[in-house]
Amino acid sequence: MTDTRTIEIEVLRYNPEKDGEPHFQSFEVPFTHDTSVLQGLQYIKDHLDGSLTFRWSCRMAICGSCGKMVNGKPELSCHTFLRDYYPGKVRIEPLNHFPVIRDLVIDQSDFFEKKLPSIKPYVVPKEEKPLSAGTYLQSPEQFHKYYQYSQCINCLLCYAACPQYGLKPDFTGPAALALMHRYNADSRDKGWDVRSEVLNAEEGVWGCTLVGYCSEVCPKHVDPARAINQNKVNSTMDYFGVLKFIMPKGGG
Amino acid sequence: MAQVKTYVRPMQGWWRKNPFFVRYMIREGSSVFLAIYALILLVGLLRLSQGEAAWNGWLAALTHPVSILFHWLALLTVGYHAYTWWMVAPKTAPNIRFAGREIPEMLITGGGMLATLGASVVVYVIVRWM
Amino acid sequence: MKRSHEPIFWSLFGAGGVLSALLAPILILITGIIAPVGLWMPEHALAYERVLAFAHHWIGKALLLAVISLFLFHAAHRIYHGLHDLGVHAGTGAMTTAYGGALAGTLVSAYLLFLIGF
Repeated sequence: MTDTRTIEIEVLRYNPEKDGEPHFQSFEVPFTHDTSVLQGLQYIKDHLDGSLTFRWSCRMAICGSCGKMVNGKPELSCHTFLRDYYPGKVRIEPLNHFPVIRDLVIDQSDFFEKKLPSIKPYVVPKEEKPLSAGTYLQSPEQFHKYYQYSQCINCLLCYAACPQYGLKPDFTGPAALALMHRYNADSRDKGWDVRSEVLNAEEGVWGCTLVGYCSEVCPKHVDPARAINQNKVNSTMDYFGVLKFIMPKGGG
Repeated sequence: MAQVKTYVRPMQGWWRKNPFFVRYMIREGSSVFLAIYALILLVGLLRLSQGEAAWNGWLAALTHPVSILFHWLALLTVGYHAYTWWMVAPKTAPNIRFAGREIPEMLITGGGMLATLGASVVVYVIVRWM
Repeated sequence: MKRSHEPIFWSLFGAGGVLSALLAPILILITGIIAPVGLWMPEHALAYERVLAFAHHWIGKALLLAVISLFLFHAAHRIYHGLHDLGVHAGTGAMTTAYGGALAGTLVSAYLLFLIGF
């Protein structure tokens, strides 16, 4: 006989066509030592209540789809294990600070349709080069300047973690600002001037009060808090007209 | 986004729901104690400008139990400010490498804490003996 | 998007943050706890003549002004933004009170230091 035990999983339910407000529903779910929270949700959907709605995809912490609040903390549900909560119960809610569409599914459009495009998440070439000029060369030092910020999987845990985003959704937010820095700091990119309007605004880096929880919860160790706060220094230098001495060609 | 009736959850009491946020609010709240202390110093400066009797009155007021209690609370919260300040200071540093390695955050944090310790010793020595 | 003027206040906040991280704990300990009770600090340490001599010297003036002013600007910035964290939307009134208060404290300190003379 395997060591199968059961744990109580309490999930937030919300049906926009029937409910005025969300409510919680509990299920007893069997688990073993390697059952993830995501697998717990899948068990509920497969065996107990097929109407439970939630996002997931890769099951291995790389696609960024399965973010949920687990006992009040933003987690990738495929990356979190039921054994760590037993014998207590596991309360699963949609990621904080986003509108709830249904059950555990959030409206992500603010990030994907507004915040992310606003920071121009692509290399704006520093110089136009013909194909015949060959590939870009980049030293390990140049690569290091932006690498960690390129690891973002857009899972939105940092937005769920950020109270400033919750209090004022105008805020560009951790992931978008980290990605902004990723491109500014890339030697192939034109850098500062391309994205400074958003960066220097109240909705840019200045909406951050360094709570720091974003970097705590990031599953890829992107450290958005660092991306944002080092750019407070840059934004200040830009404000006082001295940034051009540190970044002569507007590059990172 | 399609016309679905989404539910927006309220933010009331957000910081009470996670110990990380409680610590953040304590950190921010330390500024109230710092402000009051700065005003106490400002009053001291005023009394200094008003002569010896006024100055001694200010010194005497600092011996009042309410004042001692305030300063204990101020020491704890402002001490927490100093600690968290050095803990987050590395977040403002650019990603540069030195001798091929990333500068460890602990270097900046540790340096800052040592600076606080050093400054404290210097101030104590000056006030006590010089 | 409008460029924010935060850099001004953030710079003052940062300077006050560093100065208070370095000096506030020991100053609070000395002036508020050990000198009043006479523990590890003799009676004469904060005597009028001694402190006045310190305030007469230009270094003393600079330090006193920096401490009072930057502590106030640091606190003003944190308190103003803290109100937002608490859900209080106080707007320009709060901003004027906070930074205006810090500025007033700065000006009063400068004036008193001038009054105290050399």
